[in-house]
Amino acid sequence: MRMWDPRIEEMPAEDLRRLQYRLLKTLVYRLYSFSPFYHDRMKATGVHPDDICCLEDVRKLPFMKKIDLRDNYPDRLFVAQQEDLVRYHVSSGTTGKPTVVGYTGTDLDNWTASLARALTSCGLGRGDVIQVSYGYGLFTGGLGLHYGAEKIGATVLPTSVGNTERQIELMQDLKSTAIACTPSYLLHMGEVAEKMGINIGKDTHMRTAILGAEPWTEGMRDRIQSWLGIRAYDIYGTSELSGPMFCECTEQAGIHIWGDLALVEILDPETGDPVAEGEKGELVITMLQKEAMPMIRYRIGDITSIDESVCACGRTHPRIRRITGRVDDMLIIRGINVFPSQIEYALMGIPEVGQHFQIVVDRKGALDDMLVKVEVSRGAFSDKITDLIQLRKKVEHKLRNTLNVGVNVELVEPGSLPRFEGKSKKVIDRRVM
Amino acid sequence: MDMKPFIIKQISVFSENRPGRLAAIARALEEDGINILAFSIAEADGFGVVRALVDNPDKAYRKLTGGGFSVNFTDVIAAKMRDQPGGLYEIARILGDGGVNIEYAYAYSGKEGAVLILRVDRVDSAIELLLKHGGELLKTSIFH
Repeated sequence: MRMWDPRIEEMPAEDLRRLQYRLLKTLVYRLYSFSPFYHDRMKATGVHPDDICCLEDVRKLPFMKKIDLRDNYPDRLFVAQQEDLVRYHVSSGTTGKPTVVGYTGTDLDNWTASLARALTSCGLGRGDVIQVSYGYGLFTGGLGLHYGAEKIGATVLPTSVGNTERQIELMQDLKSTAIACTPSYLLHMGEVAEKMGINIGKDTHMRTAILGAEPWTEGMRDRIQSWLGIRAYDIYGTSELSGPMFCECTEQAGIHIWGDLALVEILDPETGDPVAEGEKGELVITMLQKEAMPMIRYRIGDITSIDESVCACGRTHPRIRRITGRVDDMLIIRGINVFPSQIEYALMGIPEVGQHFQIVVDRKGALDDMLVKVEVSRGAFSDKITDLIQLRKKVEHKLRNTLNVGVNVELVEPGSLPRFEGKSKKVIDRRVM
Repeated sequence: MDMKPFIIKQISVFSENRPGRLAAIARALEEDGINILAFSIAEADGFGVVRALVDNPDKAYRKLTGGGFSVNFTDVIAAKMRDQPGGLYEIARILGDGGVNIEYAYAYSGKEGAVLILRVDRVDSAIELLLKHGGELLKTSIFH
């Protein structure tokens, strides 16, 4: 099947814009009436739903940022009542509090439909065996892809992450034709398979990879495609949008953002003004149909550019190019978002270490490895090595609990880490993409 | 019994495990004319602790802290050993029989005999046991 929902996917651009305007107008009226948060925001900005008279008027609406999700933890941004929610997912916040997202049944249907279109657009469907090697659980990747893959009639192999050798055995035995995971995990699998004497390209049925949840490059795509013999597609999304939602089609020429679900703006991060089509800027997304937790002009923090032209595949929806960076200092470690501010917050609760720290990110094989250097407080250290090892374990444990990703800790002498020198000194990223 | 005269202040310095750190500590002590009577290094992955008995612990503490080092005092005891086979056994046996745990120890053997420096879990019991069994302990008064 070439398209999951041709009526929507091939909708003429003008009709799509009209649909977007209608959805936006309805959304704004609904939120102004039913969401105290958006009502107050719009009042403070001096905008009324009646001021939204065309699609471009979206620019009159106030922005939303990650900090709004934190400040309204856990559920004050929800417009739906708890009994109307059918699921929660949780992701990392910028400090101690995580970000909670809720879904109504319709939200899940839209999310799944978005992925059904996306997976169909990269050539998957009935007959495929899709191995979902994203984490299942609070993270959106596993369950999101799971239901999207089931929707298109593919057979799902829900392996989740980890136990790589077993994953490779199952890939062979059950003849997986596609895999959804982070690009670094796929490279790691390739290395493990090689050690097992298996060439994924030759010895398995694998031919398609849906890769996302972390930044990657054309260089990594080339490596995956030539080394593993798998066509690799970029998938995009965040939990605030629902989860992974949008993907490249077989043309591999940008990620189709379904216009009936999301309205995309690319803005100058400094001024907030739109940049010219094709120029790089900050991605801002308005979710047009979300019920439980609407997102208006959400500043995700990713840098990309947009292409509004009709794709060679025939789909009319705008495409964004590969994410090339962040406007803030967020890191993505093995698919998990990590903010340096979370580390600062966690360290504040441990008096034996100072609040100064340095993050060194590197690749061990194909996988991300994060080291956090912390200073031992003057006088708070012990002359016993066992106590110091205990302290290091305590810090590692605290950071793992806060960040949801494993971290190595190195204890360093007080005063030895750089101070007040900004992100470049606080985060050393040695990963080569 | 007054244990105080036998409780010796060891300086413990936290150090990253990389070239030049011991030299930096030693140079700081030299600059202020502080003599090291005994010392040891304990290492873990990436860091270590330099432990030393010096002739003037307070001066050493001020000097090293002023130089940005992380320094602690630790109470240790220093037991004289017979510098011949069985010398260490005598002391270890007395403490072991008395239920005192040795957390770490290091030793030196000099002109006036051998000395074992001990960090134990119960300092007072260790002093009492060793003296009761005829052991000889260095007194803190030999330091400034």
